[in-house]
Amino acid sequence: MKTYKTYLDYAATTPVDPRVLETMMPYFRETFGNPSSVHTYGQQAEATVEEARETVARGLNCRPEEVVFTSCGSESDNLALRGAALAARRERDARHILISPVEHHAVSHTAQQLAALHKFELEYLPVDDAGKVHPREVAKRLRDDTAVVSVMYANNEIGTINPIAEIGALCRERGIPFHTDAVQAAAHLPVDVTALNVDLLALGAHKFYGPKGVGALYVRAGTPILPVQTGGGQEHNLRAGTSNVPYIAGMAEAFRLAQIEREVRISHLKPLRDRLIGRVLEDIPSARLTGHPVTRLPNHASFVFEGVDGNALLMLLDVAGFACSSGSACKSGDPKPSDVLLALGLPPRWALGSLRVTLGMDTTLEAVDAFLSALPGLVEKARKA
Amino acid sequence: MAETKRVVVAMSGGVDSSVAAALLKQQGHDVIGMMMRLWSEEGSEESNRCCTPDAMALARRVAAKLGIPFYAVDAQSIFHGTVVREFIDGYTHGVTPNPCLACNRYIRWDFLLNRALAMGADFLATGHYARVSPLLPAMGNTLQLLRGVDPLKDQSYVLSILTQAQLGHAMFPLGEFTKPQVRQLARDFGLPVAERAESQDLCFLGSSDYRDFLRRHAPGVDQPGPILAKDGRQLGGHHGLAFYTIGQRKGLGIGAPEPLYVLGKDAAHNALIVGTVAELGGQTLTASSVNWISGELPTAPLRAQIKIRYKAAEAWGTVIPIEGGRAHVGFDFPLRDITPGQQVVFYNDEICLGGGLIEA
Repeated sequence: MKTYKTYLDYAATTPVDPRVLETMMPYFRETFGNPSSVHTYGQQAEATVEEARETVARGLNCRPEEVVFTSCGSESDNLALRGAALAARRERDARHILISPVEHHAVSHTAQQLAALHKFELEYLPVDDAGKVHPREVAKRLRDDTAVVSVMYANNEIGTINPIAEIGALCRERGIPFHTDAVQAAAHLPVDVTALNVDLLALGAHKFYGPKGVGALYVRAGTPILPVQTGGGQEHNLRAGTSNVPYIAGMAEAFRLAQIEREVRISHLKPLRDRLIGRVLEDIPSARLTGHPVTRLPNHASFVFEGVDGNALLMLLDVAGFACSSGSACKSGDPKPSDVLLALGLPPRWALGSLRVTLGMDTTLEAVDAFLSALPGLVEKARKA
Repeated sequence: MAETKRVVVAMSGGVDSSVAAALLKQQGHDVIGMMMRLWSEEGSEESNRCCTPDAMALARRVAAKLGIPFYAVDAQSIFHGTVVREFIDGYTHGVTPNPCLACNRYIRWDFLLNRALAMGADFLATGHYARVSPLLPAMGNTLQLLRGVDPLKDQSYVLSILTQAQLGHAMFPLGEFTKPQVRQLARDFGLPVAERAESQDLCFLGSSDYRDFLRRHAPGVDQPGPILAKDGRQLGGHHGLAFYTIGQRKGLGIGAPEPLYVLGKDAAHNALIVGTVAELGGQTLTASSVNWISGELPTAPLRAQIKIRYKAAEAWGTVIPIEGGRAHVGFDFPLRDITPGQQVVFYNDEICLGGGLIEA
């Protein structure tokens, strides 16, 4: 097999930044205590977690006690939706949940379960052909009994960025909790929760060069929310379980670096992304960009190719040494067009031929150019296959 | 070491294909694992025995352990359009089809082979127990399909549909081994394979019986009709021709002085023909869609060892090639269960010469 591989799937996950890894190491064997313990081992661990909480809070522009550490972005979304919906039901008999149709499954499947098991009424917001939610559509649908609204900050499949601050302002006016899944956005966009007018915001560390297995949820002080995982009193009674100290420390460091290096990272990624998008659309017939052409993540390029088997294209790319992703590909060989691409109104003939190329700090111009030379031939092959 | 080739291995998560992949990797080839997602009935999409989620997870682990890439390939619609369609059509027309053979013909050695070639592969390998002879000028530069060395496992029968072009891209790494040796190899390679119970059930039936499947997919297949003796006397009634097999004795629901067996099916009159054990069997058959693996039609009748089912004992006989891709076969002694729709396969000792479909 090829020994040289080019990783172009940073939206799926990122390698851990060596500085982050170094930050984590002492908490496995030296400062390994349980933050809940009374002794000094525990005190040191507790200090580590609280320091991490402060670091994350600085990046979010919130108070430390508004940060809840979780095990991943999906858990954060689950806690936000289920916790806020059930609390709103209990406090004001709210029954309506409003989400976009292009949410990550962590949000949409949670909302669907709430509708199925707890009799919530689930309503989907319309999106435009770039997958964007318009604030006026939210305004039209807000009700007194709306329990929670959830609109993702930036979409993982198509990269489109939503007008979160405007939607948040509308919800705030009506006193309705507003959640945004910022798992994909946090690597590159500011996540100032005050500016964004959000009550809940989900993060996952591994999308921004932190480790897998740790995430966080911002919960604005005063937002009614019930715990989903019950047990000990960790995380202000919102998330039971012994704190994952090394990973929490790693997440905080990765998040801190993402804030202070944001401009540098974007200035590396965006020109590469624009070169990639431009060349693909020029060189490949019957190709379309999915998502918004401008208001999109700086490292994110996504396409559909008419009549192409997206799964076959991914295989061909992998064998040629390029690791990419797609909205329709599925590891079990049972491809279905993704909900997101169908929500954009793409016919299945196009939606099954999707390709997502996401760049990272290790991506070089040479790698992008090598990819661009290989892609047209492989797309043609996948059209025939 | 032989020249390095890019080889796609059809993986199933089972011992055989896993060991095949490991052997090819060990031989230094550039190996890619592929597993096809085959069709199952709606509502039991996960239950095709050839590609359950567990089997796929296992194949994926084997591939990871070997350090080879692994891809799942969607073959659901082509599988349905060929293998399942033929299965239903066969039963509708009173014959007993062999879907595994159809799968090799349409799916493995056509659809998947083309996928492999499109990936830049030189070969498609499977875990079948069979061999391909080396290409020798003495053999007229013709490739031969040979039996696997393990007589208990030989699978050349289901490969009798292969052409020279397909054989030229085929690799059967297990052909030189016996099943116990392959199990030992799996242990030696440290492969995380589970021993799947060998089942006669068809992969796409999931947990359902083929009769229920046919009732769902071939309305009219359970059309009752008469049970007739060879001389035309009506002895009883049947519940649908598809639900009986040649040679079957039980379940006919007829009281008779001596046991009666299913002799044949008269699809045109929807009649089941039964008779005594003495009447059962025949000494000749006609085969259609005959494939000669050499690619050349024999010019004279030939003596061969002949199999009329995958697991049938071989019988000596004479094969007379006739026009239109057909052949007459005469056996030295009568055989009991010559079943229309099954494949008849001809051997010259180790060499699988080809085969065809037994006509009604």
